[in-house]
Amino acid sequence: MSNQRQSGGVGLFDEAGVERWPDALAGARLHVVTGKGGTGKSTLAAALALALAAGGGRTLLVEVEGRQGIAQLFDTPPLPYAEQRIAVAPDGGEVRGLAVDAEEALLEYLEMFYNLGLAGRTLRRMGAVEFATTLAPGLRDVLLTGKVKECVGRTVGDDRRGRGPRQPLYDAVVVDAPPTGRVVKFLDVTKAMGTLARTGPIRTQSEGVVALLHSPQTVVHVVSQLEDLPVQETLDTVDELAEANLPPGAIMVNRVRPARLPVTDRVDEGGLRAGLEAAGLFLKDDEVGGLLTEVDEHTERLAVESGVRSRLDAAGMPQIELPELADGVDLGGLYELAELLREQGVRHDR
Amino acid sequence: MTAETVPGGDGHAGASRGRRPRHLDLDALIDDRATRVVVCCGSGGVGKTTTAAALALRAAGRGRRVVVLTIDPAKRLAQSMGLEELDNEPRVVPGVDPGAGGELQAMMLDMRRTFDEMVLGHTTPDRAQAIFDNPFYQTISSSFSGTQEYMAMEKLGQLAATGRWDLIVVDTPPSRSALDFLDAPQRLSSFLDGRMIRLLSAPARAGGSALRKLVGSTFNLFAKAVSTILGGQVLADASAFVQAFDTLFGGFQERANATYQLLRAPGTAFVVVAAPEPDALREASYFVERLGTERMPLAGMVLNRTHPVHATLSGARAREGAEALEAARGDATTAAVLRLHADRVETAERERRVLARFTRAHPAVPIVDVPAMATDVHDLDGLRAIGELLRS
Repeated sequence: MSNQRQSGGVGLFDEAGVERWPDALAGARLHVVTGKGGTGKSTLAAALALALAAGGGRTLLVEVEGRQGIAQLFDTPPLPYAEQRIAVAPDGGEVRGLAVDAEEALLEYLEMFYNLGLAGRTLRRMGAVEFATTLAPGLRDVLLTGKVKECVGRTVGDDRRGRGPRQPLYDAVVVDAPPTGRVVKFLDVTKAMGTLARTGPIRTQSEGVVALLHSPQTVVHVVSQLEDLPVQETLDTVDELAEANLPPGAIMVNRVRPARLPVTDRVDEGGLRAGLEAAGLFLKDDEVGGLLTEVDEHTERLAVESGVRSRLDAAGMPQIELPELADGVDLGGLYELAELLREQGVRHDR
Repeated sequence: MTAETVPGGDGHAGASRGRRPRHLDLDALIDDRATRVVVCCGSGGVGKTTTAAALALRAAGRGRRVVVLTIDPAKRLAQSMGLEELDNEPRVVPGVDPGAGGELQAMMLDMRRTFDEMVLGHTTPDRAQAIFDNPFYQTISSSFSGTQEYMAMEKLGQLAATGRWDLIVVDTPPSRSALDFLDAPQRLSSFLDGRMIRLLSAPARAGGSALRKLVGSTFNLFAKAVSTILGGQVLADASAFVQAFDTLFGGFQERANATYQLLRAPGTAFVVVAAPEPDALREASYFVERLGTERMPLAGMVLNRTHPVHATLSGARAREGAEALEAARGDATTAAVLRLHADRVETAERERRVLARFTRAHPAVPIVDVPAMATDVHDLDGLRAIGELLRS
């Protein structure tokens, strides 16, 4: 990979001296990842699941929007409604993946309390299950977050045969959540429950979901990019999360490109031409002009970036930075991002 | 960024293999008086709304009488068109050059109000009020996942029916998948047609004997379970709503069908909007295939936020030059300029590789690329600049 990073990694602390991955984040067990569409939210959720599993852990990466994004990222066949091993983490450890589906989750509930047998499939084919999940706003979200909570809380015996004292099955669960515009509604289970029956199995489970989401076990990360709109949406989301009393995690600034030329360096055509010739490059006028256009655009971009950076800093949250990968994101790129996360202190304290 | 930048110019260093896709000539599309409706579609976050607005503004500047229907535009984009609030009616956009005889109106979709108007248009005020008062109507008109798409279609139908404009540019809702726009109306229809709710609220009486044989008493059990989860009141409200809605349903269905036909009619053109990212192009690919299946006319693809290079110097030579300067302690600024250029070549090559996957699958789709801008659009001049980039 020929990608060049800024002076070899960005370290454990940001420029303002804020720790990028404080202990509170390392202790969390449910990591919810949101971000404006197109900022790389799913990619970073996957890289985070890899980084948190590193060194012998086990994490679960969950997607909730029915896009089969995990399968695409890890280059595996579409995931069924079952947890499956999708990757081996750096230095040992594994990542499992799960594509949660509201209709399957509803059927799962019904199976627990009513014996529907094979008819469950028929009901689904008829569209009855989908219909039921759309009857009450928020039921779908309650079902999805309910399944996530069940995964976080699941335990296994700690010896090889599954006996002995029980331990959590997953060190951490990472959710590739809906984008910024919809995430607070997705997580605001209390509100969604307003439309459901006052008693019953889902009600009970939802109360557990609310407790988990508002506990220090949960953190919500927001993926951003150094541009106007993504930063605006990030800040709006941070406010909304605070209002809904949901615990903030880190701002993950994605696709940071290197600052090659400080804004203060003026580039003049004569100097550039002389420099190019010294490097053995004898370029035509329009070539030199093209390079100068690129310099202008770079300068313009840096000005925008410095403006939005100070707005992000004002949010007072830990910040993680990830570079744009030259080769795009493939499986190798995911591991590279996971490695960069670890260099910034991203870990799970077991 | 200057408006004269030539997107996807010929001088790309390290051009990837394969045939260059055909160029999408949007000026020809909007200048053609036979083009009556342009639908901009694509996955969320690719700049769909901005593209729709820029295209509409450009068409108005070239003499068309245009209305643009936007869905949930970013605040500054809305303000740049003088849209301060959601009022569900087209408003004249001030500052459009009337020289060529064109005009531009813009509106933001208010889905709740559009739904209300649709109900009012199909029944008596009393009955409409009964529907509005039902809690279930409030659910379905504000948060059902397909309502926004359905109402965007309905509004398009209404705008087209007035005959007031000779070009309608439509933005589509920010769905997770570009296909939702085509599927959602069908979903909402099957929801409203009442079959399911009758099954759930009185399974014994509905469904016919074959169905009862098939699922036996399971459906009763299912209905009971659903009712336990949702509470009896939700089912009762839903049932009352569907009954009240029954008389309206035929009319709704007819409207939705008419709009669907409008989308297939000559004079309609789909413009798929994407960004040079794998996800966005994968969605674009699905959409192109789907339009083919539905026999809906595709004009081409707008590829937003590309990063073309401005000099033909290859990345390798730029890097070598930078290294030579650095080794000889030569001019650091020139070295930095060369590194910067090498970065850009790398980015442009990655974008080309991602795009090549799309063009190999869809070689006939014309494409225009729009270079990334450093800042977001916040006034009409910004939109005009994008319009310039969209031209051939």
